[in-house]
Amino acid sequence: MGGVPISWYLTLSAILFTLGVAGFLFRRNIITVFMSIELMLNAVNLSFITFSYYWKQVNGHLIAFFVMVVAAAEAAVGLAIILTIFKNRQTLNIDEVASMKN
Amino acid sequence: MDVILFLIFAIIAVVGAINVVVQSHPISSAISLVGVMGSLAVLYLLLGAEFLAAAQVIVYAGAIMVLFVFVIMLLNAGAEVRKGQSSMALFLGGPLLVALLILLVWFVQQLFPGVMVHFGGFRGGSAQDVGRALFTTYLLPFEVTSILILIAILGAIVLARKEMD
Amino acid sequence: MDSFIVISLIKVVVVFAVLLTILAYLQWVERKVIAHIQVRPGPYRVGPHGLLQPVADIVKLLTKEDLMPPYANKLLYLAAPFLAMTLALLSIAVIPFGPVINVAGYRTAMQLTDLNIGVLFVLAVSSMGVYGIVLAGWSSNNKYSLLGGLRSSAQMISYELPLSLAIAAPLLISNTLSLHDLVERQSGSILQWNVLHGPFPQIFSFIVFLIAGFAETNRVPFDLPEAENELVAGFHTEYSSMKFASFFMAEYANMITVSCMATLLFLGGWVAPWPAQYGSRFVPAVIFALAGAVMLYHGMHPARRRDQMSLPVFGILFFLIAAVFLLPIVQSWLDPLFWFCAKTGAILFAFIWVRGTLPRFRYDQLMGFTWKVLFPVAVVNLLVTGLLVALVS
Repeated sequence: MGGVPISWYLTLSAILFTLGVAGFLFRRNIITVFMSIELMLNAVNLSFITFSYYWKQVNGHLIAFFVMVVAAAEAAVGLAIILTIFKNRQTLNIDEVASMKN
Repeated sequence: MDVILFLIFAIIAVVGAINVVVQSHPISSAISLVGVMGSLAVLYLLLGAEFLAAAQVIVYAGAIMVLFVFVIMLLNAGAEVRKGQSSMALFLGGPLLVALLILLVWFVQQLFPGVMVHFGGFRGGSAQDVGRALFTTYLLPFEVTSILILIAILGAIVLARKEMD
Repeated sequence: MDSFIVISLIKVVVVFAVLLTILAYLQWVERKVIAHIQVRPGPYRVGPHGLLQPVADIVKLLTKEDLMPPYANKLLYLAAPFLAMTLALLSIAVIPFGPVINVAGYRTAMQLTDLNIGVLFVLAVSSMGVYGIVLAGWSSNNKYSLLGGLRSSAQMISYELPLSLAIAAPLLISNTLSLHDLVERQSGSILQWNVLHGPFPQIFSFIVFLIAGFAETNRVPFDLPEAENELVAGFHTEYSSMKFASFFMAEYANMITVSCMATLLFLGGWVAPWPAQYGSRFVPAVIFALAGAVMLYHGMHPARRRDQMSLPVFGILFFLIAAVFLLPIVQSWLDPLFWFCAKTGAILFAFIWVRGTLPRFRYDQLMGFTWKVLFPVAVVNLLVTGLLVALVS
């Protein structure tokens, strides 16, 4: 049975991370920017688990687990902040919340 | 067999990720991101991380993304309007992106020559192993992240509640 | 390798054929039971005792006009019932119906696949089931659907917490995530079942699991998001014919999954209440013989003229089934299957009984109940179980 070269997993992780960065930099909708951050975190998780396979240890799984937990906490607070911004500015475009005054 | 499964789910993941970045309506991006997370869960299974694959689906795809979808529906965010895209940026940046990507792929290929991932090659990713490591080696991070989650819950409640007058 | 694939395909075909038939007839059972609770006959005219009513319903739903609301998001509108149905049927892949048996020389488990993380698989699939409902509510372009979808999915997510904690407590006692091993560790007698055994009998977990299961499947008393006299009809307002039927089949499939999980986690799966050598292998035959006798007795003086032929025929049928249970050749797989189905059926009957009896919660009462009552009870139960397991072992 053929195996998959490990560099393919790392390449996939790099591509997903790049796409996440591209979304973060180029999109104007704040929720899409947030989703690009989650995409980056997922790419990093894949990388950790791949290296955990390489070293045949479970530590990479644990680190990926903590990344997931922190991403959950961040998503909760971040979405609450987005809701508050929408309540105050009635827009989700990050270009329009650029000034400090209302 | 491994190669076919990896290729199918890697292509689904990349197409989903491109969709997340390219789609104008946030809800399409959210659904594509759920697809990315699902295919990543399958890739984790191929790498022997069975507990992490289940946790990915339960926590990420089944809870965090549902939260995203809720917020998108509550705010009734419409499709994003694109303004002023400079085509010069695309003309310069596109080939540069492709060149950097090829360089990156070549460099990664040089890193681990000949190491293959077989399904079943790593058996230490079961719930018992993760749990044992979590409660012995990683006990302090575990306790700290539980406090972090508590802080996040309190923060979300404080930020999102209606002001009582 | 070849025989594994052939046996697996046969198992898949058998399990799905039986599951889809049970889905259709569960609706008949529900209508009959609720009717008898309300002292009326229920579906009665289509076939003997209304047994062909599901067939009539399927024909009706298939031939109804298929509408799509204007300005609806077509892709999500079509995908939502499909997604709900697929995810609801997916959990049956890891449910074990019986022990490992020998059939025609091949050793195989009465289960489609035994995952090491079977319990987590069922949890994951039920977490993803929220998407079918929330996308249905969103894509219908209708404010009632949106509100119903949001309420329903908020309810499902809130009740997933006590559900997971109630699942975690018997897992601490049984020490395994694989569903087959979970039942194997409860083998013996009724005193070994997780609900009565161990350093801390899991009665509270069982009750919390059932209540959370009612809420997860959007059943009474938690069916506010889809009740007919609230919010028009909730998230499936704009759906008609087969797509509407898909949502209902998905709800019944979720009910079956929750009942099977309750049986496996708490009631000992396919294990008989007392060991087979003390006579529990005769219990199925006795039950069916009693049912046949009752039917023959009522067949002599039927309450309605229609029943004059059907009741005695069913009586004789039940006697035949009782005789089948006495054959030694089918004992190894039919007896465990009977006990599994009996326990699951009892819990499904409880679902239907509660629907016929209780009024429904208001939405804020529903959410207050989970966060203020059910979640603390589940947490305290988990802590006490963990403490007692650590002290004993």
